[in-house]
Amino acid sequence: MITLTVNGSRRTFDGDPAMPLLWYLRDELSLTGTKYGCGVSSCGACTVHVDGRPVRACARALSTMDGHSVTTIEGLHPKGEHPAQLAWREIEVPQCGYCQPGQIMEAAALLKTTPKPTDAEIDTAMNGHICRCGTYPHIRAAIKAASEKRS
Amino acid sequence: MSDLLNSTGRTPAAAETEMPADPARRRFVQLLSMGSLVIVAGPAGVRRLDAAERLTAALAGADPWSPVAYVIVQGDGMVTIVCHRSEMGQGIRTTMPMIIADEMEADWEKCRVQQAEGNEKKYGSQNTDGSTSIRDFLPKYREAGATVRALFEDAAAKQWGVKPGEVRARNHTVVHEASRRVTSYAALVASAATMGMPARDRIRIKKPAERRWQGRKMPSIDIVPITTGTAVFGADVILPGMKTAVIARPPVWGGKVVSVDDSDALKVPGVERVVRIPESKMPGAFLPLGGVAVVAKNTWAAIKGREALKVTWDNGPNATYESRAYKAQLQAAVKSAGQPGRKLGNVDAALASASRKLTSEYYVPHLSHAQMEPMVGLARVTSGSVEAWAPTQSPQDARATIAEFLKVGVDTVKVNVTLLGGGFGRKSKPDHVAEAAFLSREVGAPVRVQWTREDDIQHGYYHTVAAHRLEGALDAAGKVVAWRHRSAYPSISATFEANVTGPKPDELTNGASDIPFAIPNMSIEVCPAVAHARIGWYRSVNAIHHGFAIGSFVDELAHAAGKDPLQFLLALLGPDRKLDPTSEGVPAKGNYGASWSDHPIDSGRARRVLQLAAENAGWGKPLPKGRGRGIAVHRSFLSYVAMVVEAEVLPDGTVMIPRVTAAVDAGFVANPDRARAQMEGALIMAMSNTLYSEITFAEGHVVQSNYRDYNVTRMRAAPHVVDVHIVESEGLPGGIGEPGVPPAGAAIANAIFAATGVRVRELPVAKQLDGWKARTADSGSP
Repeated sequence: MITLTVNGSRRTFDGDPAMPLLWYLRDELSLTGTKYGCGVSSCGACTVHVDGRPVRACARALSTMDGHSVTTIEGLHPKGEHPAQLAWREIEVPQCGYCQPGQIMEAAALLKTTPKPTDAEIDTAMNGHICRCGTYPHIRAAIKAASEKRS
Repeated sequence: MSDLLNSTGRTPAAAETEMPADPARRRFVQLLSMGSLVIVAGPAGVRRLDAAERLTAALAGADPWSPVAYVIVQGDGMVTIVCHRSEMGQGIRTTMPMIIADEMEADWEKCRVQQAEGNEKKYGSQNTDGSTSIRDFLPKYREAGATVRALFEDAAAKQWGVKPGEVRARNHTVVHEASRRVTSYAALVASAATMGMPARDRIRIKKPAERRWQGRKMPSIDIVPITTGTAVFGADVILPGMKTAVIARPPVWGGKVVSVDDSDALKVPGVERVVRIPESKMPGAFLPLGGVAVVAKNTWAAIKGREALKVTWDNGPNATYESRAYKAQLQAAVKSAGQPGRKLGNVDAALASASRKLTSEYYVPHLSHAQMEPMVGLARVTSGSVEAWAPTQSPQDARATIAEFLKVGVDTVKVNVTLLGGGFGRKSKPDHVAEAAFLSREVGAPVRVQWTREDDIQHGYYHTVAAHRLEGALDAAGKVVAWRHRSAYPSISATFEANVTGPKPDELTNGASDIPFAIPNMSIEVCPAVAHARIGWYRSVNAIHHGFAIGSFVDELAHAAGKDPLQFLLALLGPDRKLDPTSEGVPAKGNYGASWSDHPIDSGRARRVLQLAAENAGWGKPLPKGRGRGIAVHRSFLSYVAMVVEAEVLPDGTVMIPRVTAAVDAGFVANPDRARAQMEGALIMAMSNTLYSEITFAEGHVVQSNYRDYNVTRMRAAPHVVDVHIVESEGLPGGIGEPGVPPAGAAIANAIFAATGVRVRELPVAKQLDGWKARTADSGSP
C-alpha cells in the first residue's frame, strides 16, 4: 500500500507499484491537467511538483512515491492565479495549450528557487520542455513578467 | 448543459469556464460540445430558414433561436457562437467569435463558444486544414453576424413603429437616437425570432471604422482552462466504464499479422481483452493500419500488455524500404525530364546559350508531425449508434471513416471535437478515431485508444521525402534568364489510390509552379517516385521542400552573380504585376482552391513583404563577427511571407538563431496577435524541419521512435526576437497557419551560408556542418 498526498489530499494506492505517477494521476484520480507527451522524460508535458520540486510524472514509479506530496497544475494555486498562470494569460503564451501545464509547473518551480532568472537560467530550466507550436519566446517573456509580479 | 459534460461526469465548471476579471472583456466562455441544443440553421454560413424549418424548430421545443448557422440566441439574450472549425492553437475559437460578435453588435461578455459536432450539412466544411478557416469563411461569418444585427434592428423598429434605417444596434442593444429610446437584445429576442429574414440590402457588413474587435487583439477564450489544466483535450474525456487500448500496428506500411501469442499479455493485471483489428486494403487512406489491440482497465496496463504480446508480422511489399537507397533513386530521378507543371519560353535553348550556368541539388527527408498530443480517440458504440470524441481536424472525415470501417450508416455516427494538442495536418487523418469505434463495438464498452509517442512517430502519415535539381542561367548583367526546376517525391495521392507512380504536376502548385519570379524561360517539372510509406500533408505540405530548394537556389544564384541577395531577389521579382499562370500550364484549379482572378500571383505583394522584412531587419547593416543574415520570400496558401534570419554557428556546430524578422501579407487579418503567433510558431517549426528533424526508414520501418532521436526545436535554440510585421490590408484573406513555414527553411540555410560559407543542400542541417566543425577545430576559432 502506497500513501501519498495529491494537491493536499491524502491518497492510497495498492495497484501495480511500477505504474508511473502520470497514469495514476490521469487514470485513477482523473486529474487530466497533467499531460502525456513522450513517456521517457523527453518532453516535460507531464511535469508536476513532488515535494516542491519539478518531476516528470511519466518516469516516476508509484513505488517511489510513498510518503511524498504531489502538486499538479490543478493544485498549483487555489484560484488558478499563480504568478506564472497570470503571466501566461497576460502574455497570451499558449497556442494549442497542450504542453503549457507542464511548462507552467516548471516555470513555477524555477521562480521559487530563482525569483529573478536570467535568460540563460530560463533556457536551462525550460530546455527539457517541448512546445511544437513554438511558443518559446512567449514563454520567456511570461517567466520574466511573472518574476516581476512576484517582486 | 451538453450531454458530453453530463456523460463524462465532469462538472460544468470544468468545461464552461468564465474568464477572470480583466480590463478586457474576458467573460467569453467556452462550452465544449453540443448536444441538447437544437440547431436549426442551414449549411455553410447564412441561409434563410423557411417556414417549414421554423415550424420544425418550434415543434422540437427549440427555445434557443438560431437564425443563421453558427449563432444561437437564448431567450435571455445570451449568445452562443458555434465554432465549426477545430482549435489546434491557431485561435479560431476566438477569431471566429470576434468576427461574428463584432458584426452582430453583441456584448462580448454575453457570448460563449460551443464546439460543433461533425456535420457538413449544418456547417459547411469543417476540415480545418490548408489554412482555410478565415480565407474561406470570413465573408460568411461577417454575413451571419450582420444578419442577426439586422434582425434585432428590424424587431426594434417594428416595436417602435419607425423605419429600420432609423435605428442602430449597439453592444447588445438597439438605439433610436431621434427619440432617445434604447432596448436590449434580450428584450427583443422573442420578437426578432418571429421576424422574416431581413432584406438583402438590410444586411450590411461593417465598414472598417465601425469594427470593434476584427483586426484587434482579443484574449483567447480558452486561455484560463489551458493554464489551469481544465481544458479538455482528446485524452481528457472520461466516460463511465471506459477501457483504454494500446495497439501493436504492423511495423511496415502494408504489413499484416501472421500470428499472435497473447498468453503473457492477458496475464498482465488490468488487461481484459486482446482484439485483432483487421488490416485495411492498401493504400488504406484514412483507415486504420490494423494490428493487435490490448484493451485494459487503464493506460499503464494496456502499455504493459502490449509489451507482452508476441506478434509475428508479414511485412509485405514495403519491407525493403530503406532511406539511403531511396535518396539515391530520387536523386537519379531528377536527372531526367519530368512532367511539366509550368512552361514558359525555351529553357533548353536559354540554358545552352547562357553566359553563366548554375546547377544545384537539394534533399529534404521525411518528417513526422510529432504534435505534442499523441493520437488518441474515444468511442462508445451502442446498438444502432456510434459516438466518438477526438482531437480531430476533420470531424466529417472522422464520421465517414468510422462509417466505412464499421460498415454502418454515416448518419448513425456522431463525432465530437475536443481541443487538439497540436494538429499540423496529422489530425486531419482520423484512423485513430476509427480504431476506437471498432474496439468499442468489439468489447461492448467505451474505449479510448491511446497512441504512445513511439506509435505516433512510427505509424504516422509522413511529410514526403524530396530531391530537387535546379538549373539556372544568368546573362552577362547577372539577370536570371532560365530556370529549370525538377523535383521527385512520393505523392500524397499514393495514400489514397493504388498504383500511383509519382506526383502529378498539380502538386507543384503548392509553392513551386506559382513562384512570382520574372524569368523568360522556365520549366518546372515533377519526376516519378513510388511511395513506400504513408505520405500525408504536414504544415505547408510540399511548400516545405519547394520553399527550401527555391529559396536556397535563388541565394546561390545571387552569390554566383556577385549581387546582394535582397537586390537580386527584388530584380528577380521584376516589375509589380499580377499574373494568371494558366496559360503557362498551371492548372486552373491549382491555386489553393481559389480562382486566379481573385488571387493572381502578385509580384508586388511579394516585393512589399520582402522590403518590409529587410528594412526592419536592418538588412545590409554590419553584424557581429560570426553572424550572418539570410533572406527568402514565398507565396503559399494565397499569402506572401518574407523572412530575414540571423544565424550564428557555434564551434560545436550548434546553430543559434538570435533574431528573425518576418513580414506577411495575408490580405485582411482578423486576429493579428494570433497571426503573429502563427509566424513565430511557423519559424520555430521550420527550425525543427531544417536543423534537426529527420525520419528515416530501414527494412521498411521507421528508425526513430521518440523525442530522443526525433529532434525538434527546444528553448535554448529558440530565437530571442521574432519581429513580425503584418501588412495592413482589406484584401481577400489568405492563409496564416502555414505560409510562414516555406520561406523560413531557406532563410535559415541562407543565413548559415552567410555566417559560415557552408552551403546547406541537404536537411537536416546538423549533419552538413561536420566539415565546418572540423575546419574550426583545426584553426581554433570559427
